[in-house]
Amino acid sequence: MQIDLTILVVERDKTKAHEIIDALMDGGWNNVTVISSPTALERTVKDLDPDIILIDLANPDRDTLEHLGQVANARNRPVAMFVDQTDEIMTQAAISAGLSAYVVNGLQKDRIKPVLETAIARFRMVEKMQSELDAAKQALSDRKMIDRAKGLLIRARGISEDEAYGLLRKTAMDQGRKVIDVATALVTAAELLQ
Amino acid sequence: MKLTQVRCGYLPLVDCAPLIIAKELRFAAQEGLDLTLVKQPSWSSLRDMLAFGQIDFAHMLSPMPVAMSLGLGGVARDIDVLMVLSANGTIVGVSADLDRRMQETGWSNTFNDPSAASQAIFAAGGKPVRIGVPFPFSMHRMLLETWLSQAPEYSEDRIEIVTVPPTKMADAMQDGDLDMFCVGEPWGSVAVQQSGATLILPGSRVWEFSPEKVLGVQRSWATQNPKQCHAMIRSIYKAARWLAQPENIPLAVEILARSQHLDLPDHAIDPALSGQFITKQGETPEQMDRFMVFHQGAANFPWRSQACWIADILSRWHSLDRDAARQIAQACFRSDIYREALLPIGVDLPAASQKIEGTMAGPTTVTSTMGQMILGPDRFFNGAVFDFDAP
Repeated sequence: MQIDLTILVVERDKTKAHEIIDALMDGGWNNVTVISSPTALERTVKDLDPDIILIDLANPDRDTLEHLGQVANARNRPVAMFVDQTDEIMTQAAISAGLSAYVVNGLQKDRIKPVLETAIARFRMVEKMQSELDAAKQALSDRKMIDRAKGLLIRARGISEDEAYGLLRKTAMDQGRKVIDVATALVTAAELLQ
Repeated sequence: MKLTQVRCGYLPLVDCAPLIIAKELRFAAQEGLDLTLVKQPSWSSLRDMLAFGQIDFAHMLSPMPVAMSLGLGGVARDIDVLMVLSANGTIVGVSADLDRRMQETGWSNTFNDPSAASQAIFAAGGKPVRIGVPFPFSMHRMLLETWLSQAPEYSEDRIEIVTVPPTKMADAMQDGDLDMFCVGEPWGSVAVQQSGATLILPGSRVWEFSPEKVLGVQRSWATQNPKQCHAMIRSIYKAARWLAQPENIPLAVEILARSQHLDLPDHAIDPALSGQFITKQGETPEQMDRFMVFHQGAANFPWRSQACWIADILSRWHSLDRDAARQIAQACFRSDIYREALLPIGVDLPAASQKIEGTMAGPTTVTSTMGQMILGPDRFFNGAVFDFDAP
């Protein structure tokens, strides 16, 4: 019963796009199209005539979708924003997950809801994975920076690695700063002096 | 003093300068506000953030609060305009190809003649002219319509208006997606540098004093938080007054370029503030006075007549009842709150809250709360006059 919905996903990040398609397919919606290129957006909407468009809240191309819906003289199919007054709780959930949805043909609310719920759940998961990945990457690059700062101190002062780290940590505590900030400042200054 | 936290959303454009200055030069802190600026990727997301309470204030295109209050667009809400953040500041450019075809008709670019430019655009012929604007409810689109629809050769099917985010305008020109654009700085100058576009007209040549960006707030929030609204108006008023001092411009450019908010180089910020525009690669700069106005001529005052002007266009586009639309729009432009915030600190304010739009050919003396003040110019290129009190 759900199969006949045509869903368009606008997402530049391939991994994210795949996650969402998988989730929608698992939910029984097989008619899902993904586009990544913003220039194709207007044409795709016209050609595909989707029932629902899912797009990242942070995507600047949302304004183009707004236009397709709002311009009085638009000759394209009208696109209306779905996540609005119809269901405030659903809208809040979508917005906090970083997702917005557009409904093209005035679908019934109960038909949109399960699609959106699936997408919201998957969006949240991907966001969480992404932020964990970012945190891991950040920790790694912080450690590299601290290692470089330690190296500078070891050479300049002729001290041990433990002593170098101790010095960085003490300086950070004395100045009310983070160890990474002190290390970054030291490395930057050393680069300037070279 | 303990500071009250407030969040204001914005799009990275030069005209958010009053917000950045209010924060960086601590005008907001002096008024008791801990102002957090929240960057947004699109006008739609800024609107949604405001409507769903994720931000308290928003840097908005002047037609947005009126459209939302009229129930147009994705989210309907009662949105109030507390003040105008800047007047003018849009710029129109054409692709290298359209520029060439316009020149073949005998047109030469003076950067200040709307009628000659529109005539050349239509005389250049070919397919409908595809024009990019940043949002469906924007002063850009309203000025374009006001201007182009007056050309004798104009008909609806000769132009096609599409929405392109400001940051992508130059790319869209380069890709050949657009023949023309109307955008806020620095994106017009960026298009010249990046795609070989030619700037043909500042928006101020269509209307010499159009409200461009406004400070929007949810009406329900404004009712519950009058103190924060007053403090925000006062701090931005002071920031705008600071920006209006010519000697502060170099420092303003540096603060804007350095702040994390804009993420743009000095040379991209400079034209809008100095009024010096390079209209085409290799040309010498043109000087454009009052290109972007932050303060002069009571620029921050939310005139109810400006709201009416916007309402008239929206009611034409969307076939709404004009008088009903005007009433709703007038209620959005909160000249009453603006007065409440500024009268106690001795700011001179206009005596009236609406004016006849389009009558002032130059600086004009009008009655104010302290005697007299100078407004204008505010003419339309075709001499149109809007008297919203006329029966």
